[in-house]
Amino acid sequence: MKRLLVIASLLICTFAVNAQSEKFITAMKENIAAITPAFQKPDDLLALANKFERIATAEKNQWLPYYYAAYCQVNYAFMNADKSKSDALADKATALIKQADALEANNSEISCIKSMIATVHLTVDPMNRYMEYGPESEKNLQAALKQDPTNPRPEMLIGQGLKFTPEQFGGGCGTALEKLEAAKTKFESFKPVTELHPNWGKEYNQQLIDDCKK
Amino acid sequence: MKVLLLIALFPLTITTLAQQKIEGKVVDQKGRALPGVSIAIKDSYDGATSDSLGNFSFNSTEKGKVLVEATYTGYSSYNKMVELDGKDLKLDISLKELITELKAVVITAGSFEAGDKKKTTVLSSLDIVTTASAEGDITGALKTLPGTQQVGETGGLFVRGGAATEAKIYIDGNLVNNFFYSSLPGIASRGRFNPFLFKGTVFSSGGYSALYGQALSSALILESTDLPERTEANLSINVIGVGGGLQKLAKDKKSSWGATYNFSHLGPAFAIIKQRQDYFKVPVFHEGDFNFRKRLPKGGMLKYFGYWSVGKLGYRVNDIDSNSLKNSLKLDNFNTYQNINWKGNLGKGWKFISGISFSTDKQDIDNELQDANNNKLIFQNPQGYAYKNYNLTTKSYYAQARLVIEKKLWGLSMLRFGSDYFHSNEKSFYTLYDSSQYNRTLKENLFASFAETDFYLSNALAVKLGTRLEHSQIMDKWNIAPRVSLAYKVGKNSQASLAYGMFYQNPESQLQPAVNGIGFAKASHYILQYQKITSLQTFRSEIFYKNYDHLYKTDASNPGQQVAVNNNGHGYAKGIEFFWRDKKTIKNMDYWISYSFLDTKRDYLNFPQTMEPNFVAKHTASLVVKKFVTKLKMNINASYNFATGRPYYQLKYDNSQNKYIVGDAGRTIPYNNLGFSVNYLPSIGKKDAKSFSVWVLSISNLLGQEQIFNYNYGMINGTKQAIRPTSKRFVYIGWFISFGIDQTENVINNNL
Repeated sequence: MKRLLVIASLLICTFAVNAQSEKFITAMKENIAAITPAFQKPDDLLALANKFERIATAEKNQWLPYYYAAYCQVNYAFMNADKSKSDALADKATALIKQADALEANNSEISCIKSMIATVHLTVDPMNRYMEYGPESEKNLQAALKQDPTNPRPEMLIGQGLKFTPEQFGGGCGTALEKLEAAKTKFESFKPVTELHPNWGKEYNQQLIDDCKK
Repeated sequence: MKVLLLIALFPLTITTLAQQKIEGKVVDQKGRALPGVSIAIKDSYDGATSDSLGNFSFNSTEKGKVLVEATYTGYSSYNKMVELDGKDLKLDISLKELITELKAVVITAGSFEAGDKKKTTVLSSLDIVTTASAEGDITGALKTLPGTQQVGETGGLFVRGGAATEAKIYIDGNLVNNFFYSSLPGIASRGRFNPFLFKGTVFSSGGYSALYGQALSSALILESTDLPERTEANLSINVIGVGGGLQKLAKDKKSSWGATYNFSHLGPAFAIIKQRQDYFKVPVFHEGDFNFRKRLPKGGMLKYFGYWSVGKLGYRVNDIDSNSLKNSLKLDNFNTYQNINWKGNLGKGWKFISGISFSTDKQDIDNELQDANNNKLIFQNPQGYAYKNYNLTTKSYYAQARLVIEKKLWGLSMLRFGSDYFHSNEKSFYTLYDSSQYNRTLKENLFASFAETDFYLSNALAVKLGTRLEHSQIMDKWNIAPRVSLAYKVGKNSQASLAYGMFYQNPESQLQPAVNGIGFAKASHYILQYQKITSLQTFRSEIFYKNYDHLYKTDASNPGQQVAVNNNGHGYAKGIEFFWRDKKTIKNMDYWISYSFLDTKRDYLNFPQTMEPNFVAKHTASLVVKKFVTKLKMNINASYNFATGRPYYQLKYDNSQNKYIVGDAGRTIPYNNLGFSVNYLPSIGKKDAKSFSVWVLSISNLLGQEQIFNYNYGMINGTKQAIRPTSKRFVYIGWFISFGIDQTENVINNNL
């Protein structure tokens, strides 16, 4: 009987743990799937950022929800038209990605987000801020390339940056395509560690390539 | 056994089934809906984000006592323990807005800020160097802002009816005594310091903080840059000289040092651009600076800046009092300036900012009367001619020590207090035509103590209260100067500010030694400001009234000298000013317009009555335009400065009345100046370029419009002579190149 009780309680425990994990995976999957449509409605991106943050704070030791919270937050900041709010929104993204960084050091995906955050700060006042945030963004993309050479996103972000830089400044589609095509090749063979790991950007990368080839 | 398992599993099932709805509304302390607020049950996935009406709703399967949290950037967070028992719950949440720098009003009455970080900045650091008429001079850029005069015959800032001596300039809190290059009559001198040395500039045209004093009109507060971004060497070649420098950033990025050297020789430029004066010694300058900066633990910083310059120049002009004689002037100058600034964190919200500065200035001016063949002529009579042969040598030493303690109170509220000790020792040796010598030594110890608080009562209302106490040893007098300013947010991007303050100043050295018992000159400022700033547009307007009391008066009792005999002078200045900057309306173009109306009169120095001083124009306006043409990699800048005519007077001593009287008087023609400059950046976009170069072309008075600043009158026969710029226009061409020494990435190439 005693043994049975132990088994029973063990069973319950296992069940509980599995349930939680199950719950985590389900919630994450559901929210990750909601990201792409949310780009059509920026307020949904903020709601998703909050959702991921709730998961992150409840789980405490998972870096992915922090990562996605920061990803949604930084994209929300990008899409926000009121430039006077951009810095505060980007600062919130920084707070989130720092938590992810603390749980998962030297991660290429995290470095990409850091670069995107620097770019948000930069776009507030490019003329006066490029000296500070330009190198910051660049530094993180270089780090991302080094941390995982198979990750297509750093190259895509470099290509995106070049596409929106005037030709006279060394940007334009000519130089951008080189990077975007390299990213495309990497996208073909890229396999995320799990289905919850970052795996975005393939379609966007193609869209950038198509725009450039027009 | 089965039963047991079932029992054990039972509660779990219950938990997953029991669900309750939690809904409510989030508002701020004024009851306005707050969208975007994150509401969460702590340590669970459950929560929601408030919608555009502040409403939120979510289901939760949690049970028992839980903590509900609501968070929103810029607002205090909300925490509430609630009991969840399967019943729906309604929560009304009110969040209090935090007083944050981003949202709070900023006390801006009377001041213009240039910098890169703060939201109230009107100009950026880059604007100062790309303003066409500024010609790379800090004060040149400030002359396109309201409140300043277009005085072109002498250096310095003439602000709101104040003379140049009423504006003081500070670097990292310490007064700079010889900010402008030494100059001779009729030649406007530039500021000595490179604008790139400073990251922040606050130009106050009135009502400035109690931390500063001894300026009746205006304070220009410059903050030096911190560590450089990277190690870099640079070179420049331009029509007036060559220069080079190095900035070395330590590997750990915690300290840096740098040095620069510049050599200027105006010979080639003057050979092409004809000068009104006949230079027998074209201006030649050697100057250098050295800096050391170290970041200290806990946000502290140590900075050292040292500067020296040696300059010589000499020219002849036709003597105003005769047809055949020439007047020759020669100047030698040696100047040094050193500043150490140390700030640190004492913990618990306490900070200190300390500084020591030391500067020396040696000037040697030779004035000679010469005949047609440039030979010196000595006259004993008339006196007017005799006094034109002289030598004036001055040796000045200045030292300052300053300590400011800062304590952070609640929110953004702050208390600052401290002391300032300023020592000056000015020796002058005046040798006349007959070798008679008059020597003078002036020693002053000026002590000041000050306290100031910033109270943020809410994001919408802030008050700054300050007092400054000063003691001058030379006059043995005390003064106490209260300052008050207030800012109130009237709309999302707009605010109104008020400022009042009392300002005192010692007699400047050429008025010394003043008679015994003389006190401080005094000005009271009253300023009302409205401003609206969005990220692309700025509008501001100020109305001011300034009252002058105890201005220094001179008389003719000391021939050849202007000594303050009493301080019974007085005056006023009032006016209205507008500033509009717009980066939005015209694509890729940035422009600003300033307009100032000034009504001022004063009785001071040798003025026979209360009258409009000869350095002011009633209406002054500037238009500055900047456009970056990407295709050409060029930054094209233009500026137009306009001022209505200034009054001029022939002040002469009437022996029968024993006083000065106005002889001739009038008003100059209006002042117009179209400035144009182009910065060409060919290195932009070059992949992996090792260097970055900038070409600069700038032309002052492009249209060659006639400019008359004022008139001189001969001492003997009263000949009237217009004071004009030294050349009709000036063309500057320069090439600047910088090399990143250990740069890992090419900053501008990849990111502009």
